[in-house]
Amino acid sequence: MSAVVDTHGQAHGDDHGYHPSGIMRWITTTNHKDIGTLYLWFSFTMFMIGGAMAMVIRLELFSPGLQWVNPDFFNQMTTMHGLIMVFGAIMPAFVGFANWQIPMMIGAPDMAFARLNNWSFWLLPFAASLLVISFFTPGGAPGVGWTMYAPLTVQMGVGMDLTIFAVHLLGMSSIMGSINIITTILNLRAPGMTLMRMPLFCWTWLITAYLLVAAMPVLAGAVTMTLTDRHFGTSFFNAAGGGDPVLYQHIFWFFGHPEVYIIALPAFGVISQVIPAFSRKPLFGYASMVYATSAIAILSFIVWAHHMYTVGMPVAGQLFFMYATTLIAVPTGVKVFNWVATMWRGSLSFETPMLFAVGFVFLFTLGGMTGLVLSLAAVDIQLHDTYYVVAHFHYVMAIGAVFAGYAGVYFWFPKWTGKMYDETLGKWHFWLSVVFINITFFVQHFSGLAGMPRRVPDYPLMFETWNKISSIGAFGFGIAQFLFLYIIIKAIRSGEQAPERPWEGADSLEWTHLPTPAPHHSFHTPPVLK
Amino acid sequence: MGRSTALKGASWALGVFAAACSGLALGLEWNLQPAASPIAADVHSLHEYVMVLVTVIFVGVFGFMFYSVFAHRKDRGYKAAKWHENTTVELIWTIVPLILLVVIAWPATKVVIAQKDTSNPDLTIKVTGYQWKWGYDYVRGEGEGISFISTLATPRDQIDGRAAKGENYLLEVDNEMVVPIGKKVRILTTAADVIHSWWIPAFGAKQDAMPGFIRDMHFRADKLGVYRGQCVELCGKEHGFMPIVVRVVSQDDYAKWVGERKQALAAAADDPNKQWTADELKARGEKVYASNCVACHQASGKGTPPAFPALDGSKVVTGPKEAQIDLVLNGRPNTSMAAFGKQLNDVELAAVVTFTRNNWGNKTGDLVQPAEVKAARK
Repeated sequence: MSAVVDTHGQAHGDDHGYHPSGIMRWITTTNHKDIGTLYLWFSFTMFMIGGAMAMVIRLELFSPGLQWVNPDFFNQMTTMHGLIMVFGAIMPAFVGFANWQIPMMIGAPDMAFARLNNWSFWLLPFAASLLVISFFTPGGAPGVGWTMYAPLTVQMGVGMDLTIFAVHLLGMSSIMGSINIITTILNLRAPGMTLMRMPLFCWTWLITAYLLVAAMPVLAGAVTMTLTDRHFGTSFFNAAGGGDPVLYQHIFWFFGHPEVYIIALPAFGVISQVIPAFSRKPLFGYASMVYATSAIAILSFIVWAHHMYTVGMPVAGQLFFMYATTLIAVPTGVKVFNWVATMWRGSLSFETPMLFAVGFVFLFTLGGMTGLVLSLAAVDIQLHDTYYVVAHFHYVMAIGAVFAGYAGVYFWFPKWTGKMYDETLGKWHFWLSVVFINITFFVQHFSGLAGMPRRVPDYPLMFETWNKISSIGAFGFGIAQFLFLYIIIKAIRSGEQAPERPWEGADSLEWTHLPTPAPHHSFHTPPVLK
Repeated sequence: MGRSTALKGASWALGVFAAACSGLALGLEWNLQPAASPIAADVHSLHEYVMVLVTVIFVGVFGFMFYSVFAHRKDRGYKAAKWHENTTVELIWTIVPLILLVVIAWPATKVVIAQKDTSNPDLTIKVTGYQWKWGYDYVRGEGEGISFISTLATPRDQIDGRAAKGENYLLEVDNEMVVPIGKKVRILTTAADVIHSWWIPAFGAKQDAMPGFIRDMHFRADKLGVYRGQCVELCGKEHGFMPIVVRVVSQDDYAKWVGERKQALAAAADDPNKQWTADELKARGEKVYASNCVACHQASGKGTPPAFPALDGSKVVTGPKEAQIDLVLNGRPNTSMAAFGKQLNDVELAAVVTFTRNNWGNKTGDLVQPAEVKAARK
């Protein structure tokens, strides 16, 4: 016991001088900046792995017929691409931003629960390993789609169980991270930093964290029931034993729709920091942004069955979920109008973060518009499970989240590292990405309207041209992301020294009250806010 | 720098526009398939109505944004305004979208109600999804009692690239569903194993098939012709290979088809008590194998282990024949191995079991007579 106390005292006496070096620094770190970095590198790694799977999918779909992979492996690719991108790439990326930015933005020395923070991150590599190991089990990874609908899950091999455990770990990580974020924001704000003075990024994360705490246990429940149906003779989703496969879908989408906003809201937060900075004008309608974000979060819990218009709901159910879903257009519209109004009569400049932010607003809204089309139950029945839906959710989730992520990385990179990235290459990265990703996904609207189902390894001849175009776009987008890796490594190794205030319009605490790069421990004493 | 950015943006927009135009010029399929039922026509007009509305909104909003992007630039010396809220404007852009939603929801509600009204059908057909084929049972109306299984007719060689792909590649079946024109057809969907989804795009009719439950939908085809669709719910390995084909015929042709179908059914009814010779059984079994087993166990009998085990040298196939008959009749729970007792008759089952026990490296020399299968059914 005394030994423990001694170590503790020593660390303090040393004024945080205890710095293990090498790998141990990262394994034992409790520093929010280190953990943020870990999250971001982890998510980029998973992004490239999930992206490689997308390349396999697009390669097989380049021509009709089966050329490269068998249908079984194709299904495993679509499943793992979805799971890895949603849970491994996008969500950890925004938790990485939260770790880096929230303490600096509210004037806190670190996250509230530093060791919990370490654990939240270090669960992720184990979860990711389970997902990857599932490929090497008998029967391979599950080929059930990222939605893991029962009862197809019952037919899968042991890879399904590994995936279920991976989802459990990812859920635990998310819940712990959320508790940490909520506690940090509610308790560690600097004196004078009232809730309604917080940067909008903190607001969107506060609300997202509540969504996570509410939604992740529901997913854990759904996959646990799948597990017991598989191995312990229960019949939650088996009609022969009194269960119902549709029950799974209700539970899954009760998690799944909030999940969409768990991904979108932090992205909104990043965009709400970047656009005012490069418009040199405060965010328009700050209060209405907060209310709109809350409204989206609340509505997200009562629209889940719009993913299920074809399961055969009664007409009253179809109508309720249709009306509730269209309502989401109102607060989302408010956000888009506010961003445009922020730019209106600003003094705009278009460095790479702003390019990605404007690209985000434009393309996310495009995806939102097809979302409105899909919200109408009658039209959705025609388009459900076709490539139209694939195009829609890639516009809002893939393009939306990825562009917001890139905007954030380029925006905060100088603050994090004290180095500037190469602006010319950054612009190239943006233009290559925006052109190729639109080639990839825009044409999928057409193949979907014409009737191409999703999750098929082969297709009728009339869809060939669209699929060729889409595949070419996907390969281009994939290659362009290596440029990003190059830009980051080049900047870290030999980037120019960043000026104290690289962006004149950025005015949250990390820019105004901390040097560049931000010191390892910031805000030992709370900043004084006027 | 700003100028080149703007130029790049413009050229990108032009590029997308050009691609869309060339798509149209080439006559590519880029929109909903032509409607062949009143519901599909309603869905199409609703879709067009909403598309026009959202396009106008989109162009309007981003017209403002791109004006700002071109005009309110720092490199043009534009000075930022100071304002950052305006209650009137914010109220307007909350309330106007709400009104627009009502404008959209009104026609949408009418279509939803029409779509869900399955009352008073002229013909009721039960559709059963299997891994990976469709079963059709005409349960009420003219043709009552007709029942058949519909399987992909595209040869495996076309899929694997050993033969040129035909016009209806992946959209052709051995037994088409036939319905009369102008009659309200109610489709009951269910499934034997996992969830499937039955869809004919031209009818605007899609309904998931739930194992253990019956759901329904309806359509009234108003144009003669052959309409093609595919399963649209991931149902395992061969999900992309279980198409749906519906032939819409005149009332007279329909009556003729019903007559032929019933005659054929009576003629083809196999006598389970007849003793079959080895060659007869093997020849018949090869056909049954090709349409029911080959997707998983492969023509070579090697399967794709471990999910789809080999039959060549399999312990079950070379072991006691009673065990194999039982497995084929009742399936293997929690795997894709279906209970074929519900899909195939005694002769077909006897033939395919005989075939597998005496093909590839399997040389059991066993004959399984239909009577044995009949006895094994409980």
